[in-house]
Amino acid sequence: MSDHLQIKDHHREARIFARRVGVAGVLVVGLLAVVFLRYYRLQIVEHEDYVTRSDRNRVQVQAIPPTRGLIYDRRGRLLADNRPSYTLSIVREQTQDLEQTLEQVQTLVDVDAEDLATFRERLKQRRRPYEAIPLRYRLSEDEIARLAVNEYQLDGVEVSAELVRHYPLGALFAHSIGYVGRINERELAAFDEEAYARYSGTHTIGKLGLEKYYESDLLGQVGSQHVEINARGRILRVLDYQPPEAGKNLTLFLDAQLQQVAHEALADKRGSVVAIEVATGGVVAMVSTPAFDPNLFVTGISFADYKALNESRDLPLFNRTLQGQYPPGSTLKPMLGLAGLFYKVVDANYSVRDPGFYQLENDERFYRDWKKGGHGARVALHTAIEQSCDVYFYDLSFRMGIDRMHEFGGHFGLGQTTGIDVPHERSGNWPSKAWKRKARGLPWFPGDSLNVGLGQGAVLATPLQLAVMTSTLADKGVRRKPRLVRRLGDVEYEPEILDTQAIDAADWLIIDQAMQSVVHGLRGTAQGIRRGGLSYRIAGKTGTAQVVGMAQDEEYDASKVEERLRDHALFVAFAPAEAPKLAVAVIVENGEHGSSAAAPIARKVFDAYLLDTPTAADSAWLGNGGQP
Amino acid sequence: MSGGDFRRSMPEAHADLRRKAGLMQSLHIDLPLLVLLMALSAFGLIVLYSAAGSELHYVKRQAVFFVLGFIGMFIVAQIPLSMMQRWAPWVYAGGLILLVLVLLVGTGAKGAQRWLGVGGFRFQPSEILKLAVPVLLAGYLSRRLLPPTFKHIAWALVLIGVPTVLILKQPDLGTSLLIAQSGVIVLFFAGLGWRYILGALILAASALYPMWHYVMHDYQKQRVLTLLNPEADKLGAGWNIIQSKTAIGSGGLEGKGWLSGTQSHLNFLPESHTDFIIAVLAEEFGLLGVILLMALYVFIIARGFMIAIKAQDSFGRLLAGALTFTLFVYVFVNMGMVSGLLPIVGVPLPLVSHGGTSLLTLMAGFGVLMAISTERRRVTL
Repeated sequence: MSDHLQIKDHHREARIFARRVGVAGVLVVGLLAVVFLRYYRLQIVEHEDYVTRSDRNRVQVQAIPPTRGLIYDRRGRLLADNRPSYTLSIVREQTQDLEQTLEQVQTLVDVDAEDLATFRERLKQRRRPYEAIPLRYRLSEDEIARLAVNEYQLDGVEVSAELVRHYPLGALFAHSIGYVGRINERELAAFDEEAYARYSGTHTIGKLGLEKYYESDLLGQVGSQHVEINARGRILRVLDYQPPEAGKNLTLFLDAQLQQVAHEALADKRGSVVAIEVATGGVVAMVSTPAFDPNLFVTGISFADYKALNESRDLPLFNRTLQGQYPPGSTLKPMLGLAGLFYKVVDANYSVRDPGFYQLENDERFYRDWKKGGHGARVALHTAIEQSCDVYFYDLSFRMGIDRMHEFGGHFGLGQTTGIDVPHERSGNWPSKAWKRKARGLPWFPGDSLNVGLGQGAVLATPLQLAVMTSTLADKGVRRKPRLVRRLGDVEYEPEILDTQAIDAADWLIIDQAMQSVVHGLRGTAQGIRRGGLSYRIAGKTGTAQVVGMAQDEEYDASKVEERLRDHALFVAFAPAEAPKLAVAVIVENGEHGSSAAAPIARKVFDAYLLDTPTAADSAWLGNGGQP
Repeated sequence: MSGGDFRRSMPEAHADLRRKAGLMQSLHIDLPLLVLLMALSAFGLIVLYSAAGSELHYVKRQAVFFVLGFIGMFIVAQIPLSMMQRWAPWVYAGGLILLVLVLLVGTGAKGAQRWLGVGGFRFQPSEILKLAVPVLLAGYLSRRLLPPTFKHIAWALVLIGVPTVLILKQPDLGTSLLIAQSGVIVLFFAGLGWRYILGALILAASALYPMWHYVMHDYQKQRVLTLLNPEADKLGAGWNIIQSKTAIGSGGLEGKGWLSGTQSHLNFLPESHTDFIIAVLAEEFGLLGVILLMALYVFIIARGFMIAIKAQDSFGRLLAGALTFTLFVYVFVNMGMVSGLLPIVGVPLPLVSHGGTSLLTLMAGFGVLMAISTERRRVTL
């Protein structure tokens, strides 16, 4: 009220105002200077920084994955293929509400808890803006159709095609070709800078078998393009383009037909077959049963499937051909017989008396012959091999001594890896005095030599090693590196000789004929496989390997022994006996008798290889890409 | 009144001014201001064309608003100040009613109710208050003895507080603060005692904590946090600021050239034709373009203050000072937020950002400035 009574002092008000405008002016200039300095800092001082950022925004280097090399069998049948597969991915930035989108997607396609967990894991990892994260692989036609129909309400959901490895013959080559699988974090961590670049467009890597061994050749060279993209990740134009280089194709020595024959011959048994071409070392059949479908692993095996495979008592994931180490049993006898002749420990006429057991001086132990009562009064080398006379080989081993046995067996590849072009091979064990001192801390006893001579005790060999030994025997002492890949890209494989042991032709003939008698002789242990007629001659040797040790006076009685503790059945052979082409080693776990369980399988493989008589059903099966 | 003082002190200068300004004054046009505004508008349209992805659509729309805005400015400039002063309370009251209506029946976007639809036309009632508050405050205070007493300050704060709170409720923190600012600055120009100013600053500082906990919404807090560390959420809240800084910084001194800004043309920059248009300008025209833009604003602000100082009476002075300072606040806040100095609030860059309503309000404000600038000497007392 009072101010209405006072008179306004206009001069004073104008003065005050002018001062205040002055203050405001200072404020304006000051704050605008701050803004200007901010822009100066961004545009001049930190300019380079932001140019880099802007370019990184704008220009993206995109990797163009190379096409993985294909794998063919010796006859050009496709064993590993790349097929388009449809993948459902989600671009988080483009979804309205991620959870809602996920829910909606699940009403359209099957997404299991594991897919979802993997997806969420990937979501947390470092990634580019607008990068699509895969949720489900291998969409079915139906699922793709359902997604397409509902596309309008699925913002940020993408269906993309990529090439995915496919193995048309499935389990048949699981243990030779192996499989590829998603690159895992451990593999990623092991990558160096160069590898990281090479795999920048590729999601899979060889995990097992040839896929792993030849990974670098199969992969090819990654291509790249610089593209200008917008904020949504859409490519606006390609600035430059470096095409990828496809991986090299592999052509194998393996023959799908033989694989099939061997696989079917093993049927539901646990065991393995390895067949090697004598002249080249090329492996034409390599089967381990039971096997598994490698296709399961390509886009990530489900936990349940993996658990089933991993926990099966039959060990389907275990590659018996390279990793199964078995006592070779009597299959060593032809090689040891040859050693006896080589070192002149015996000759063809030297004979022993076999009462059914053997005894060393100053040793109370009875070394038994498998045949109760023995093989008779005068057993020479031929009979000893034909009928697998243990006492003859006890005597031979004792007289030859472990040093010579070790040396000669070494030439045949025992106790060392064969050098095959598949990873994870085991070396078995071919004992020596040095080995026993080191491993057991004990001196060598004469009795140890007897055990080695019977392929028992500490002697272990993989089916592949037995096949190599047999092939070396067939080629008169020439040991070749076994090999799966016949042609890598355009380069033909040159057979590689690892060792040559000079063998006297006469000596060799003695062994060859004895081995032929095993099959063709009247009392041969494997004469059963001649049934139905045999148009060529097989030189072979049966073997039986104990799974459990027997007490001195204990009798082995199959009916009383649990199935999995029964003896392993083995058979090694080459054919045709006069001019060997193929060497085969067969092991049937707990098959008991090499003659009845293993030898017939080898015969089927020889038939398929030598007679080349594919049955109509087999041809149809293979022609159908493995689909029954 | 004050005109008389001026005549008495500088008769020759005044006569000279009258002769020169004759035509313009009778049309109520402030020529320097008009030229500056047109220059700025033209520059703005050029940048907008690029920011809108080389589409004429936005430019045409904006040009139409400019034409409407300039017409509106001329009309407002013709209104005598005394009439403005008389109408101000009614406009203010009407604005408050509309604000209440907005809260009751308004339509919103992004969780806030700001718009009122009237027969297919939508507008924000808060725009009315942007002008009504300073006019009302200038009218109220100029009729009192200045500097204002505590009682008048208190009343003035009530007048400012009511619309501020109503707009805060929408919620629109940015606009409510700007409106509060436009009222408070009138108090400041009226000679508000420094002790009050100091006290208010202390109060404001101590109010930060309760503001943060009880008043601010989560998204508002997020903006502040984003300002402090945009890298924390690169793809989310931090995206805008990171991309706008990248746009500005990569422009360098001379810029990438008109229509050649990759940040905006490849859509990395959000809101590139509205609130973030300065980033497009900085990217394509570089620091030189920024300097040109700032120079235009500085000239306009300087002209505004000049008009304020020369105004005939306290009402004109306070109003012109407040409008001019408010323009500066818009420029400062917009340029500051886009370059990462201030949190992101929805403040357009005056006369450059695309957007009709705010442009019309601004132009009306310049109309008021022109009215003050060209007011005829009233023969009073």
